[in-house]
Amino acid sequence: MSELNNRVVEKYRNNFLKEVEANVEEGDWVKMCMQCGVCAGSCPLGDAWEHTPQKLFMMIRAGKRDEVLSSDAMWMCTSCYNCIVRCPRELPITHIMHGLAHYAARLGLSPKNQPTQKFAQLFWDNLTKTGRVNELKLGLNLYFMNGFSEGVKKSLEMRSIGQGMFFAKRLNPMEILGGHGVKDQAGFHAMLDKAREIEDAKLDKFGK
Amino acid sequence: MAKKEYSFYPGCSSQKGASSINYLISTNSMCEELDIQLNHIPDWNCCAASIGYAGGGELPRLALSARNIALSEQAHPDQDIVATCAACWLATKETKERLDESADLMAETNQALSAAGLEIKNNKEVRHMAEVLIEDFGYEALGAKVKKPLEGIKIAGYVGCQTNRPFGIDGESYENPMYLDKLVETLGADPVKNYDKKVQCCGGALAFSEPEKSQDMIKDIIGAAYDGGADMIVTPCPVCQMNVEVYQDQINEKYGTKFNIPVVYYSTLMSVAYGRNAKDSALNGQIIKAKQLEAIANK
Ligand code: SF4
Ligand code: SF4
Repeated sequence: MSELNNRVVEKYRNNFLKEVEANVEEGDWVKMCMQCGVCAGSCPLGDAWEHTPQKLFMMIRAGKRDEVLSSDAMWMCTSCYNCIVRCPRELPITHIMHGLAHYAARLGLSPKNQPTQKFAQLFWDNLTKTGRVNELKLGLNLYFMNGFSEGVKKSLEMRSIGQGMFFAKRLNPMEILGGHGVKDQAGFHAMLDKAREIEDAKLDKFGK
Repeated sequence: MAKKEYSFYPGCSSQKGASSINYLISTNSMCEELDIQLNHIPDWNCCAASIGYAGGGELPRLALSARNIALSEQAHPDQDIVATCAACWLATKETKERLDESADLMAETNQALSAAGLEIKNNKEVRHMAEVLIEDFGYEALGAKVKKPLEGIKIAGYVGCQTNRPFGIDGESYENPMYLDKLVETLGADPVKNYDKKVQCCGGALAFSEPEKSQDMIKDIIGAAYDGGADMIVTPCPVCQMNVEVYQDQINEKYGTKFNIPVVYYSTLMSVAYGRNAKDSALNGQIIKAKQLEAIANK
């Protein structure tokens, strides 16, 4: 558990809803949920969810901080936007799911070895490195994320797909040497650093 | 009709040697036939799609799309931004709306952009190529360009999620959007009626991280197309295209199905119907070959 987590716990002691409203992307919408259950019934991975969005929103109001933030539920969101277009209260549910996932990861509370979290982090690291995604490295990192022998096994399983993509000219082995990126590397990174700095300052303000 | 110009955001998967380069090639051919000029946004960056959220917070993600919009404003001030990738379109359009709604976010985003010497005014439309085709041309004008009707081919229009929700194409319903079916008809082919997995999620990025759960959904998407008598599936989204095409062997192995159905882009169909050859239509980009389209293109 992180030092930042200790600070926010201290600050919001008994009010998880307030914490979510202040620190989670679109979190101030949570209180608008009327528990109708439409989102829960709309989710494509419904059976895989530990808690549906409806239930997560109820748990937030009930102050079940650890259960919410350590849940793998938010990481099951495929960003299909079914819930958003159906919610009678027009909650930006997809974004709240992403926001909760990000917040949990940031505090170091998200479940270890959650595959979507690992992939999402790999994706972010991959794209922010050069400004554009390098699909080959992303794929290889993904297959090897659980260690070397797992990675070799996974790569073999996926070999025929990789070959198919290669022969269709949709996968370029030379990407391993670098590949695509933006020209203005300095500006691109300065912009991201600045954005992060502004966001950290906001969280810090609440945390202190 | 005079030449139409747009500020084009191709996105990572359309780069050379990337997974949807075939989408870009067929789009270019389609646009040549329609006298559309796509002006690439100079030095564009990745939009973070819908999966960048683990590492990227709200503001860094908004800044990514804002940078693209700002570069477009600079280079092509009078042109709408157009994307072919559903996720690119969604991320960029969402950013535009979020910045419109919040003066604070707008100010913070501009603060971040200024570190790259940029500024966003945020007065541009952000559109998907399908909107351009339907709204700026219309089915009749699109049909007038057909040289080789795609006769005798039955096609399931798989719309998927992100060109459909939350924004969608104007005038279409979320549950049963008709634009792909109408387009298929316009090109002389035969749309599968009542394709009931039309807007089913394919798992998106979770096809990588949760392959079993995603392949279970993909199986239903393909199964329903076969049930409707489809020869092939058409989609407007690179993630849908990839997920529905490349896992068919693995699904067959697991579920004992015999899937082997081509999955193409609307731009593939249009390029062939507009008389372009197999290469211009990027038919070599099919992992499962679209033989009926090859036959027409080679005619
Ligand atoms: S659909 Fe909306 S109002 Fe209904 S339970 Fe879900 S979030 Fe709450
Ligand atoms: S966007 Fe996410 S939370 Fe909403 S229905 Fe789809 S998978 Fe479920």
